[in-house]
Amino acid sequence: MNKFKDTDMQAVIGWILRAGVLVSMSVIFIGGIIYLYRHGQTHVDYSKFVGVPDFVSNPGGIIQGIFTLRGRAIIQAGIVLLIATPVIRVIFSAIGFIMEKDFMYTAITMLVLFIILASMMSGHAG
Amino acid sequence: MSVTILTLIILVGSYLAGLLGSLTGLGGGVVIIPLLTILLGVNIQYAIGASLISVIATSSGSAAAYVKEGITNIRLGMFLEIATTAGAMVGALIAVYIPTNFIAVLFGVILILSAVMSLKKKAEHIHQQKSILAEKLKLNGSFPTPAGEVAYSVRNVGGGFFMMLFAGVISGLLGIGSGALKVLAMDGIMRIPFKVSTTTSNFMIGVTAAASAVVYLQRGYIDPGLSMPVAIGVLLGALSGSKILVHTSSSGWLRVVFAVVVTFLASQMIYKGITGTI
Repeated sequence: MNKFKDTDMQAVIGWILRAGVLVSMSVIFIGGIIYLYRHGQTHVDYSKFVGVPDFVSNPGGIIQGIFTLRGRAIIQAGIVLLIATPVIRVIFSAIGFIMEKDFMYTAITMLVLFIILASMMSGHAG
Repeated sequence: MSVTILTLIILVGSYLAGLLGSLTGLGGGVVIIPLLTILLGVNIQYAIGASLISVIATSSGSAAAYVKEGITNIRLGMFLEIATTAGAMVGALIAVYIPTNFIAVLFGVILILSAVMSLKKKAEHIHQQKSILAEKLKLNGSFPTPAGEVAYSVRNVGGGFFMMLFAGVISGLLGIGSGALKVLAMDGIMRIPFKVSTTTSNFMIGVTAAASAVVYLQRGYIDPGLSMPVAIGVLLGALSGSKILVHTSSSGWLRVVFAVVVTFLASQMIYKGITGTI
C-alpha cells in the first residue's frame, strides 16, 4: 500500500468524476423523459419564486416519487447524485492522502468536507 | 408555455451557452442566467439554482479529463477549496437576505469582468522564486508540456487564498463557477502557469458549487423541471466545444463576438436590476 502515489490518485479521481457525471446525468435524462411524457402539455410558469413542489422538497418524498415513477422525483434524485459527485471526489482524496501518509493534506481535505457538511446543516436550519 | 416547448427552447439555448462557454473559456453558467431571466422571464432564483447544477456537471466532466493528464495541481486545488467552499457557503446563506435587484446588478458586473478577462492575452509565465509558505504547503509542482515536465513555484499564497474566498462568495451568491475570478487569483496573484491555473480552477469549481448547492437544494431554488434541460444542454454543449477546440487553433474572432454578446446581456441585467424589473 505504500506504493500509492499522486498518479494513482489522479486516476481514481478522474474515474469517480466521470462515473458520477455519467450516472447522474442518465438518471436526470430518464426522469426528464417521464416528466415530459406525463406533463408535456401542462402549463408552466417560472416567473414567480414559489420554491419546488412538496414531493421533491424532502428525501422521503423523492424516494416515494421514484417508486411511483414520478419524473421530477427521478430528476431530483439525479441532481442529488450530481451534487454528491464532487463531494465523493473529496472523500476519496482524503483516503488517498491517508494512504500517501500525507497527514497535512488529510487534515486540509477533512476541513473542506467539514465546511460542506456545515453548509448542508445551515441550509437545513434556514 | 407548455412544458414540452419550454424544455426544448431551454435545451437548445443551454446547448449554445455550453458550447460558447467552453470555446471561450467563460463557462456555461455566465450565459445561462441572462438567457433564462432576460429572454424567457424565469425568476432569477430558479435561474441561479439551475445554473449551479449545470456548473457542477460541466466542471466535473471536464476535470475528469484534465486530472488524468496530470496538469491539475490537486494539492493546490484542495488547499484553495478551503477558501472557495467557505466562501460559497457564506454566499448561499446571505443570498436570501439580498434583494434580487442587487444580485442582478452584481451579476452584470461580474459578467463584464469575465468577458474582459477572456479577451486578455494569455502569457505563460513560469516562476522559480521560492515562497516559504508555498513550500511548507507543498504547493509547488510541475506539469507536462511537449518539451517535457516543467516545474513551477507558487507565490503570494495569502493573497491568492483571500481572492479565492471572494470567488467562493460570488459563486455561492450568483450560482456561477466564477472561473474568471479563480484564474485571476491563481494566474494573476499566485503567478501559476496559465494552463495549470485554468485546469485547477475547473477542478475546484465542482466542489465550490456543491457547497452552495446543498443550501439552495433545501431552499427550493433547484427546480427539477427547469434544471433538467439546463444541465443536459450545457453539458452536451461543453462536450461539443471541447471537441471543436482540439481542431481549431485560432478562436480569436469568436472571443470578440462572444465578449460583445456577453457585455450586451450584462448591461441588460444591470439595467433591469436598477429599474427593478428583473
